[in-house]
Amino acid sequence: MHTKTAHELHELLVNKKISSVELTTALYDRIAGTDDKIKGYVTLTRDEALKQAQAADERLTTGANPTPLTGIPIAIKDNFCTRGIKTTCSSKMLENYLPPYDATVVTKLKEAGAVILGKTNMDEFAMGSSCENSAFFPTRNPWNRECVPGGSSGGSAAVVAARSAVMATGSDTGGSIRQPAAFCGVVGLKPTYGRVSRYGLVAFASSLDQIGPLTKDVTDTALMLNVIAGHDDRDATSIEHPVPDYRSALKNDVKKVRVGLIRELLGSGIEPTVKAAVKGAADQLAALGAEIVEVSLPSFEHAIATYYLIAPAEASSNLARYDGVKFGHRSQEHRDLISMYYNTRREGFGAEVKRRIMLGTYALSAGYYDAFYLKALKVRTLIKRDFDQAFERCDLLASPTTPTVAFKLGAKSADPVAMYLSDIATIPVNLAGLPALSLPCGNSSGLPIGLQLIGPAFAEELILRVAYTYEQNTAWHQTSAVI
Amino acid sequence: MDYETVIGLEVHAQLLTASKMFCSCPNQFGDKPNTNICPVCTGQPGVLPVTNKKAVELAIKTALALNCTVEPSSVFARKHYFYPDLPKNLQISQYELPLATKGHLEIEVDGVKRKIGITRVHLEEDAGKLVHQGAARIMGADSSLVDYNRTGTPLMEIVSEPDLRSPREAAVYTETLANLLRYLAVTDAKMEEGSLRCDANISLRPKGEAKFGTKTEVKNINSFRAIEKALLAEEKRHEEVLSEGGKITQETRFFDDVTETTTGMRGKEYAHDYRYFPEPDLVPVEPPRTWVAEIKATIGELPWQRKARFVGLSVAGEAAQLLVNDKPLADFLDAAVKLGAKAPTVANWLIGDITAYCKENKKELAGLNFPPAELAELLTLIEKGTLSNKIAKEVLFTALQTGKPVKEIVAASGMTQISDEGELLKIAQEVVKSNPKQVEQYKGGKEAVMMFLVGQMMKATKGRANPEAATRLLKQALG
Repeated sequence: MHTKTAHELHELLVNKKISSVELTTALYDRIAGTDDKIKGYVTLTRDEALKQAQAADERLTTGANPTPLTGIPIAIKDNFCTRGIKTTCSSKMLENYLPPYDATVVTKLKEAGAVILGKTNMDEFAMGSSCENSAFFPTRNPWNRECVPGGSSGGSAAVVAARSAVMATGSDTGGSIRQPAAFCGVVGLKPTYGRVSRYGLVAFASSLDQIGPLTKDVTDTALMLNVIAGHDDRDATSIEHPVPDYRSALKNDVKKVRVGLIRELLGSGIEPTVKAAVKGAADQLAALGAEIVEVSLPSFEHAIATYYLIAPAEASSNLARYDGVKFGHRSQEHRDLISMYYNTRREGFGAEVKRRIMLGTYALSAGYYDAFYLKALKVRTLIKRDFDQAFERCDLLASPTTPTVAFKLGAKSADPVAMYLSDIATIPVNLAGLPALSLPCGNSSGLPIGLQLIGPAFAEELILRVAYTYEQNTAWHQTSAVI
Repeated sequence: MDYETVIGLEVHAQLLTASKMFCSCPNQFGDKPNTNICPVCTGQPGVLPVTNKKAVELAIKTALALNCTVEPSSVFARKHYFYPDLPKNLQISQYELPLATKGHLEIEVDGVKRKIGITRVHLEEDAGKLVHQGAARIMGADSSLVDYNRTGTPLMEIVSEPDLRSPREAAVYTETLANLLRYLAVTDAKMEEGSLRCDANISLRPKGEAKFGTKTEVKNINSFRAIEKALLAEEKRHEEVLSEGGKITQETRFFDDVTETTTGMRGKEYAHDYRYFPEPDLVPVEPPRTWVAEIKATIGELPWQRKARFVGLSVAGEAAQLLVNDKPLADFLDAAVKLGAKAPTVANWLIGDITAYCKENKKELAGLNFPPAELAELLTLIEKGTLSNKIAKEVLFTALQTGKPVKEIVAASGMTQISDEGELLKIAQEVVKSNPKQVEQYKGGKEAVMMFLVGQMMKATKGRANPEAATRLLKQALG
């Protein structure tokens, strides 16, 4: 049961071949068998999940509007607020934090009838590309447990790959859905900025954060997007743009779709096996009727520098609230207010979070703002313009999701810049606020390779269609990790 | 050396909206601590602000009344500083692109009118309230408690140009502005309760010098009276330092209401770099022109327009100003005039006896059971000759004290004027008889003595004689 996709399980559920309680129990059995090795979950919510499964079964039996997600066991990244359930962001700062409310996306998933299995591990406050920045433990890649699952949504990608959740939510600020999806051989979508409400997603970098699905196949991604997309009165940056039925976009047809291969992401610095797999995927799309062209995005080379000014600047502001006054960790060592602040933040935050708070504080400081933050905003505009120009020539862009396959634990943890570079293909997309999806397109020494498809704003349907067509004509999504 | 004082004011007003600036919590005071709070205004992880449209509307209304340009696009910004009354450790405010800019407010000081420039009007959120135990401030306190009920209250900041030239002008400016805000019904503008706050920037320069001197910012001004006092104190301090050849340090100073002096804060402890940047969780405020026009149409009569109208009703300029400055009094006048009373007479009674009574008894006119109809009734009785002015005053005080209707008081007391002329003539004859010396003086041509004789008639009738009739009948009695 645990190997099946949500749409396959939905058929079994509505046809009463299985119950959600059985399915949920099976998933917990799977978790019991795998999670000691993978360490994808931070918190399991078995009691609540079984109640939700029971309610889902009633809904399925009475026919009270079951949705494609009714009774489907899912995992939630631990930076989504869940009422009364610990939301830690894999940080000591929030180790025992119980939110008083549900994130909008969590509410929507609950209303759709999804069963929440638990909360998944991540890089602390979503800052990282390997899940090694979790304050609790690193998560391991199900394909090779010596390798990282990617990050920051590494727990979510790993549990989907390990088949210990049917699907999972992630958040993507600079690649945090797509990079772990690529490393773990699953499908991950970062929607257009404003497509999904961020209300209740613990903020890392507000102008870049976006929520999206991590699933076993493209169809499941469309199903989850159907539930979570749409304007939310609680998020002023969520856009009032009609939500189509994404499932109906899944047509096995890419004829005359112009796909631009990004030249800058097929040069040096990209592993040859990755390059070959992406070129192979392009050939396959061409064989299916797509037109393949090559495009250049010259401002790409500035994307990482730009990102590491904007994201930390916003993070330094968003993380100011963790001070020991209202919630979360409070140091026991304090003589006065200032020492309480100092010690709380010294003890509560890990090294990478501190590094980014310092970077961001510096970039926003008087005398440096214009040279750093403001300049970064200008380069961000240039990157957007590069994308706009590329989309005048083609319908979609394609690239590797990551320059390499999953790397070994510890391989980059001492070198932050090397770690930052692993997001070179994903970061520009966040800076431009565009939708992009990663799906499996190859394998190198037993580790999955991800193909990234990037579209213009609100082109999720086209991305899903091209991804679906590729998936239906290849077998990568049918392979899975052996644990 | 002679110095010129330069003052600019930053006035913060809490807006009268039903809910807070960025969440739907009630915007109200006096409730139990930490009851009007939610995840948003307590800065829980993951929350997002949503702009209160009503607050934008009220700020636009104010900006229009201040002749400002409402900007087609303005931006919220984050202002950072750590303090426990600020849950996010940042305040959402406006910085580079405020809601409205470049207006003015006309003030009148000692008969001279001056236009004071308004630099900007912008929106922001208020902080919570701290209560310290063991010390007056948080540093040194044994413990501190925080109440987040006030957190997120919509605040409008109105910044003036450095156009004010004396502490008195600053005080008049603030009062004029506060009065305008009350007329617009955007705030209740009570400084003592903190719904209106004022920070003042002051500097001195040699007369004739174009360049500004070094300024200081005076905070903790907690009443209208304190504005002038605080600035006089700071003005004096600047003058003393400068005339001794010293230099003013640019700093923030606290005004102490008891000692009436300002004291500096320790520089480093409070040196802030606010690290402003555009609030990424909010989109720019872009009020459609049609909406701005609709808001403009909701602006009623403004204080200066009302004053002109009162003057047109023959109310003296100074009296009109006093009435307009106290909206309930001006409303009272309008209501009484509507009932047929004459505006100048109503004005005299309002400013005179009624205000005096309220001040003496520390009461507000609205709190007394004395509606405009009662004053109109009283004035009619005077005009008809039923009551003398003197008696009318007594009736007024009884009415103000007891809340009883004027008619009832008059009927019960028998205080109406004596209208029987036969009776009055008898009394006049008595007065003539018992004051032979004065009668002689009068007959010798000293006409002013008549006043004394009328006074005697009043005494004899306990004020119930009509003075005109009394004069006429005295003359008759004198032959």
